[in-house]
Amino acid sequence: MEHLVFELERTPGPAPRRAAVVVGVVASGNLEVLVEAGPFPDRCRAEIQTSATGFGDIWGAVLADFAARHPVAGLSLAVNDGGATPAVVALRLGQAFEEYTGRNP
Amino acid sequence: MTRTWDTVRRNRAARLERARAVGHGRWVEADRMPALLEALLEPGDRVCLEGNNQKQADFLARALARVDPARVHDLHLVQSVVALPEHLTLFERGIGRRLDFSFSGPQAVRLAQLAGGGKLEIGAIHTYLELYARYFIDLTPRVALVAAQAADREGNLYTGPNTEDTPAIVEATAFKDGLVVVQVNERVDRLPRVDIPAGWVDFITVAPTASTIEPLFTRDPAHIGEVQVLMAMMVIRGIYEEYGVQRLNHGIGFDTAAIELLLPTYAEGLGLKGKICSHWALNPHPTLIPAVESGFVESVHSFGSELGMEAYVAARPDVFFTGHDGSLRSNRAFSQVAGHYACDLFIGSTLQMDLAGNSSTATKSRITGFGGAPNMGCDARGRRHATPAWLKAGREGSTAAMPRGRKLVVQLLETFREHMEPAFVERLDAWDLAEAMRMELPPVMIHGDDVTHVVTEEGIANLLLCRSPEERADAIRGVAGYTPVGRSRSRSAVEALRGRGIVRRPEDLGIAVGEATRDLLAARSVKELVRWSGGLYDPPARFRSW
Repeated sequence: MEHLVFELERTPGPAPRRAAVVVGVVASGNLEVLVEAGPFPDRCRAEIQTSATGFGDIWGAVLADFAARHPVAGLSLAVNDGGATPAVVALRLGQAFEEYTGRNP
Repeated sequence: MTRTWDTVRRNRAARLERARAVGHGRWVEADRMPALLEALLEPGDRVCLEGNNQKQADFLARALARVDPARVHDLHLVQSVVALPEHLTLFERGIGRRLDFSFSGPQAVRLAQLAGGGKLEIGAIHTYLELYARYFIDLTPRVALVAAQAADREGNLYTGPNTEDTPAIVEATAFKDGLVVVQVNERVDRLPRVDIPAGWVDFITVAPTASTIEPLFTRDPAHIGEVQVLMAMMVIRGIYEEYGVQRLNHGIGFDTAAIELLLPTYAEGLGLKGKICSHWALNPHPTLIPAVESGFVESVHSFGSELGMEAYVAARPDVFFTGHDGSLRSNRAFSQVAGHYACDLFIGSTLQMDLAGNSSTATKSRITGFGGAPNMGCDARGRRHATPAWLKAGREGSTAAMPRGRKLVVQLLETFREHMEPAFVERLDAWDLAEAMRMELPPVMIHGDDVTHVVTEEGIANLLLCRSPEERADAIRGVAGYTPVGRSRSRSAVEALRGRGIVRRPEDLGIAVGEATRDLLAARSVKELVRWSGGLYDPPARFRSW
């Protein structure tokens, strides 16, 4: 197990405030993403709990690309990862953001 | 001195006489098979022990593994697939010495150990078509041990849906004065049809158990993930629609199964029915059922059959090649030729790719071989008929004045395999395997200069449009995701390639990543495939969860 924390600052803009959402499931090769309003209005905080150790730099790269594509400032992400590939992680993060912004305030 | 011109024929007669002398007629009792083989075989013989992709002459394999190595030894096995433990027991016992083959699948690890330990010499690892070709040139079997479904009193054979390699093997053996021994599941008064005439067959035994057949081409839709759906959407939009691909072959795997299951939904929604995927060289994949039922598919010629698909195929003779009895007639040699010369596209999954686009499924401790992919996945340089897809690929791939087409060869791979193994690498494991096994060539499945498109979850790289090795490497880095190879990309170089349509992202193809869900699959379980087939598909027990 590894616990990683990232603060994503280079992001296109602030996220709307919506009710929290959870996308995905914790299973082998899969992951669960919780999106909710976070403590810092100017950046996105991401906390990762992962079953695979030693991939911190790849998590950093996937999250940086995600934050560069979506206005995520002000959000907090909590990820429970069962060893998903970056392809699945990127897909889930995108789904989670769409789900979150698609919710009524 | 006058030369005799029939030494091989006389040797055949002598072998038959030896068999007769120990009391063997045309029909052999199952328990006396090892004794027959000891009478027929001579040390150093070249033997084809029918091991196909699916059907196995498993009873004859067990019988051969039981012969006395003092009498029968140093055989040279020439067979397409090394699948059964007995195939390698032959080498452990010294009955076999040399092996020429195509594919080793489940025995890949043990094969590497035996080869590494000097118990087994590998002649070469071939493609299927290449090995059959050598049956008629320099690897003609002296004795062939094959499997059929049934024989009649005269010894005619019915090989049925799983005909596979049998015609090629028997033709090469019988017409060069070799000996043909066959195991059948049953002896009947009247065969549904004759697949191999009695005159080509020397000995027949009714095996105590029916020959083993593996359901190799069944993929349970329940295991197809969203990443595979996304990649399938990209293939349909960015390649099938773009080139108007009508004639094609799919490799095995969940990636291509996802494409098959998206035809009646996503492709139909794009108005592509009748415009893509009408003519196939393909085994009867259960995941193709929804596309057949939706009217996408006009014809399918098959390498082999697939367990559980018999009744479905028999009920769709307009689509599949069937005998007058109604059952499928497969033929691996002809289907490989069809895939090579008459298909405009091959698409398959691979495990590892380098920056030249060479791909391989070999890893250091396994000798898996090639099967048919290299013949499907290469440009047919002898092809002379034109189709729109072939001509468009040719135009993109060449600046020469003389027009010529190109086969579309597409490689599908997620950037990371399980356990976070990067699929894109600077150097293929195939180099280390070649070194460790002292092979003359690293085992490359598809060579980079034959690959036209690389598809990952990140996008499509069109290698046809690249004009230098550096551009090809940049294009591959551009879809290599977060692998070390992908992360060392120059963002500006990749954006420049994107501007020229060489690298295309889902959004460049009009695909919203969020739409890539399992809801797009025409069937999400084996049970739904059964429903699509109107109850005709009868899946093997291991695929039934209801």
